[in-house]
Amino acid sequence: MNSITTFFQTTGEILALLIESIFWCKAAIGNREKVFAQIREMGNQTLPVAALISLFIGAVLALQTGPTLAKFGVQENIGGLVGLSLVKELGPVLGSILVAGRVGSAMAAEIGSMSVYEEIDALKTMDINPVRFLVMPRFLAGMITLPILVIYMDLIGWFGGAMVASVNPKINISFQVYYRNLSELIRPLDICNGLIKAMIFGVIIAIVCCYVGLKTKGGPREIGTSVTKAVVLSFISILVSDYFISRLLIVFGLD
Amino acid sequence: MATKQLLINHDEVRGPGKFLHEYLESTAVGVKIDKLEKSFGDNHVLKGIDLDIIPGETMVILGKSGAGKTILLRHIIGLEKPDSGNIYINGEDINSPDFSKKHRIAMVFQSSALFNSLSVKENIALYLREHKIFKDEEKIDRIVSDSLAILGLDGKETNMPNELSGGMKRRVAIARALVMNPEIILFDEPTSGLDPMMTRTIGDVILSLREHVEVTQIVVTHDIDLAFHIADRIALMSEGIIIEVGSSEDIERSTNAMVQSFIREQFERPQGGNKA
Repeated sequence: MNSITTFFQTTGEILALLIESIFWCKAAIGNREKVFAQIREMGNQTLPVAALISLFIGAVLALQTGPTLAKFGVQENIGGLVGLSLVKELGPVLGSILVAGRVGSAMAAEIGSMSVYEEIDALKTMDINPVRFLVMPRFLAGMITLPILVIYMDLIGWFGGAMVASVNPKINISFQVYYRNLSELIRPLDICNGLIKAMIFGVIIAIVCCYVGLKTKGGPREIGTSVTKAVVLSFISILVSDYFISRLLIVFGLD
Repeated sequence: MATKQLLINHDEVRGPGKFLHEYLESTAVGVKIDKLEKSFGDNHVLKGIDLDIIPGETMVILGKSGAGKTILLRHIIGLEKPDSGNIYINGEDINSPDFSKKHRIAMVFQSSALFNSLSVKENIALYLREHKIFKDEEKIDRIVSDSLAILGLDGKETNMPNELSGGMKRRVAIARALVMNPEIILFDEPTSGLDPMMTRTIGDVILSLREHVEVTQIVVTHDIDLAFHIADRIALMSEGIIIEVGSSEDIERSTNAMVQSFIREQFERPQGGNKA
């Protein structure tokens, strides 16, 4: 099978898994414990690292752009610049990459190992649908957790930017001025924009990683290969879809 | 010693297994395999398998590795689709709609296939919970305890699968199959990787299951000792075809050259639990 056929087949199978997961959302109430367990798992694994990276991303944004703005005497706009960069682009994209690396890899490893050690077959023999049992809770958890994580990262990133803006003598903008500018420039629509992206990225990570896990065959070596494949495929899907989502949001006037 | 624990008499059933006994109410069903063919690429794995399994019997499908036994078992439970041919359970095609709602077939996998993130109790209770057989957790607890008790695993409810030996895992997998209240239980190489004593124990478990549930058992193995120990009938399989079907005595007395060669080969091997 050539690579073009493989690409279309994989894309088709991922879309089929997405549709089946959406179908099984009807069973979400009955499986709410599994969904909450996945949300907890995602949160536990990502919150500390998310805080750390967003703090420094906000800080570095302020550090890089502040002195340039100061040259033109518009350094009071640094709050809006850091805020918008985080809300619309860096928060969703970096948060998703973090989740794909930490949680998506674990998903692919867990489901991959279940495939290899016949646990998925065992579910089928018990007439338990693997998509309902394994994929749907992760799908919903990704869709719910990512936007929350992005809000959390945005808040910490803004604070990181504010700290640098206030202590760096080349910028020298107080917290008050920083946050006033930030609140003036960021519209609710910008926040929605970032949250829509985060929600879609959450779905992409869950579906791609579960798909790769379910397709794992062989032994321990193949589980390792699946983890790498799931992470790489998630990264590519996030970055490529980011462009198209941004375009669509512009087209629909949500930018 | 373990064997003694597992050979259950009916007086014991009145005690710890009583609740499970009341729950298990299935009737054994027959299986008819009709001209089953399956290929994976150029590899022709099943070459027109015909086999009738009588309700309530223990049928052992015996053969060397690569004979197609596991693939046949996976077809019976619907994990593989045949290229041609049919499988009927109680006269009903397994691919017919609503088949899974009418019939319950359980399978004990070679790797046990226990869910590593779930405790022993959660593994066994999974089917009951997911299908909402009982809403009352107390009933589920009693069924899990009973099933573990009759398999000689009392008090292991809270253990995780990675804390169990291979033989224990296999018995938990049997308990998990049992609580499905199955009409048919399929065993894929149930003694693979076990020592001779545990092999004997698992054989006794398979024999004793029929005291608790009216069930048809299909056991796939390459272990001729196990086959002769538990089988009502044996189907000898080689290179994708069934070459002989009969009781242990029939198989031993068979004049078929392939059967004789298989038996000779098996008995010439060094003794051990796993002859793979």
